Amino acid sequence: MSLNTAPNLARPDDFYEALIEMHRGLDDATSQDVNARLILLLANHIGGHEVLIEAMQRARAGVDPAVSTALAEAA
Amino acid sequence: MNPTPAIDYQQQRFTYQPCLEQTRPADAAVHPVVVIGAGPVGLVTAIDLARQGIRVVLVDEDDTLSSGSRAICFAKRTLDIFDRIGCGQRMVDKGVGWNRGKVFLREEAIYEFDLLPECGHARPAFINLQQYYVEGYLLEQARQHSLIELRWKSRVSAIAHHADHEALTVETPEGSYLLKARYVVAADGSRSPLRKMMGLESVGHTFRDRFLIADVKMAAPFPAERWFWFDPPFHPNQSVLLHRQPDDVWRIDFQLGWDADPVLERTPERVIPRVQALLGKDAQFTLEWVSVYTFSCVRMDRFRHGRVLFVGDAAHCVSPFGARGANSGIQDAENLAWKLAFVLQGKAPDSLLDSYASEREFAADENLLNSTRSTDFITPKSAVSRCFRDAVLALAHEHAFARRLVNSGRLSLPATLHGSLLSSADSAPFHGAMQAGAPCTDAPVLTDTIPGWLLPHLGDQFVAMIFAPPASLSAALLPALVRLTEGGLPLRLLFVSGAQASAEDHTVLSALGDGAVQVQDIEGLVAQRYDGQPHTCYLIRPDQHVCARWRTVDAAALAQALQRATGHEPAAQPAPVPDAACYLCMT
Repeated sequence: MSLNTAPNLARPDDFYEALIEMHRGLDDATSQDVNARLILLLANHIGGHEVLIEAMQRARAGVDPAVSTALAEAA
Repeated sequence: MNPTPAIDYQQQRFTYQPCLEQTRPADAAVHPVVVIGAGPVGLVTAIDLARQGIRVVLVDEDDTLSSGSRAICFAKRTLDIFDRIGCGQRMVDKGVGWNRGKVFLREEAIYEFDLLPECGHARPAFINLQQYYVEGYLLEQARQHSLIELRWKSRVSAIAHHADHEALTVETPEGSYLLKARYVVAADGSRSPLRKMMGLESVGHTFRDRFLIADVKMAAPFPAERWFWFDPPFHPNQSVLLHRQPDDVWRIDFQLGWDADPVLERTPERVIPRVQALLGKDAQFTLEWVSVYTFSCVRMDRFRHGRVLFVGDAAHCVSPFGARGANSGIQDAENLAWKLAFVLQGKAPDSLLDSYASEREFAADENLLNSTRSTDFITPKSAVSRCFRDAVLALAHEHAFARRLVNSGRLSLPATLHGSLLSSADSAPFHGAMQAGAPCTDAPVLTDTIPGWLLPHLGDQFVAMIFAPPASLSAALLPALVRLTEGGLPLRLLFVSGAQASAEDHTVLSALGDGAVQVQDIEGLVAQRYDGQPHTCYLIRPDQHVCARWRTVDAAALAQALQRATGHEPAAQPAPVPDAACYLCMT
């Protein structure tokens, strides 16, 4: 299975608002921590290694091509 | 239980004696093998070579064994090797056996593991035993071999390469001499002087963290388990590891952080309060050993340089989480010993030694990968790495998936030598872990109604393990099998059957020669673990790794695989190497 990048969110605007709301009142460090927990929870939900690696590549794309290549090898 | 009274191995001193090169230099010949370094890896190399009939000179720069707290966890595979070379029982009798570990986050146990969840193995997953006992027992074993000459206070200071030998300059209390050898095994430790003399490096990375090792002697109620704490109340924001050793000695590793002062931290004024915080203010204990260390994950690019073979810490170093240092070094030793013997005895080409390098470089990478991952978890290298680590620990309270990510060390398992050029590919489907390159697993067997174990029957020569009673083989096959047992690459025959040996079996066994043995698979576990169906046949190396297997007994196929396993014939198609994630099936 490959990463689904077509629109898939059931309620896009509500999701986005909830994502921002999740961080309300947190300082940057605590927000980082909450983001990390969110990523881990979602990653476990997805499970498939190839999909996760592809998502990491997409997230990283354009910032540093060398890292994208390393991620591709990890897949 | 011990055959000798208690010896203080840390206090033992060994006598320097002048050698033939010094007393009668004209009579000194080129030795087959010189091993540098009488640590656990050098000693196992020497003993294993002697078992193969090879004369060995073992030189060591001082006159003592290890002291203090160094390697302590010896894995099942290492115990199987110690059994094979004749000193496993002493190690197990003295050591503290354990299979279970617990990981704590603050005060809560968040993760438990059992490293040997199945029955039917002679040895536990691990024993804890101070390195000086291991070296002491190995040394006493080495001394029973007349082929091993030990030279204490003999420091190698230079090496010169020649076409057919290496010439080592050895410094002694009575001056220096030249020591010549066809092959040199460098087991001279992580700082390997020989490696430096040859202008070689071991590269990788050093972790920016410091750890305090405190060995304390006390009567304590903790069970014989590996306990690891993240952020415990008695040592906040850092990790702590507790192991039980023999003689009521407990090893405690405290993570200190990079900024800790290594000199100050090893003073009793600093150490005792840390131990008291763990054990309670009133705990009665004495400090046996204290040190502060940092660690590295490094390896040499190649473990073979001509006639010089690097083994153990000289070739590769890992962090201690996972017990992959001494254990992997001892596997290096046994991988190398039979190959060196075969080459020196003219049974195999020199190129067989290249397979030592490629197989153990592969194994080192696996150990480095596991060790580096554990260390990155325990000592995160960046703010974001720390952030994810803390998030995993926070989620681990509630969520089983996060507990699986907690990495306090993935403990030493022997490498399956995927892609080894010595292996032959399967020609029929098989189930289970005993694929080509895998170290043989143990199982209970009966020999003439006496209970025992499979591994001792594999010994340290090539073995064909046949899942059939000997009398069931076709008469036409027997002469071909006898020829294999008597050939230039001798093969022993081991028959595994569900039933006891019959009179007909005994008749066939005696016709097959002295080395042929039949064992009864009393619980069916050999057949289960090796996917042994009637007439399944395995070819097993002298280091007890599988190198080929078939569904029928075919003498020609055995002969061909034996040629390949001794480097006479390149493998047509090395088996594909699976991706790294597959290695991490443990815990």
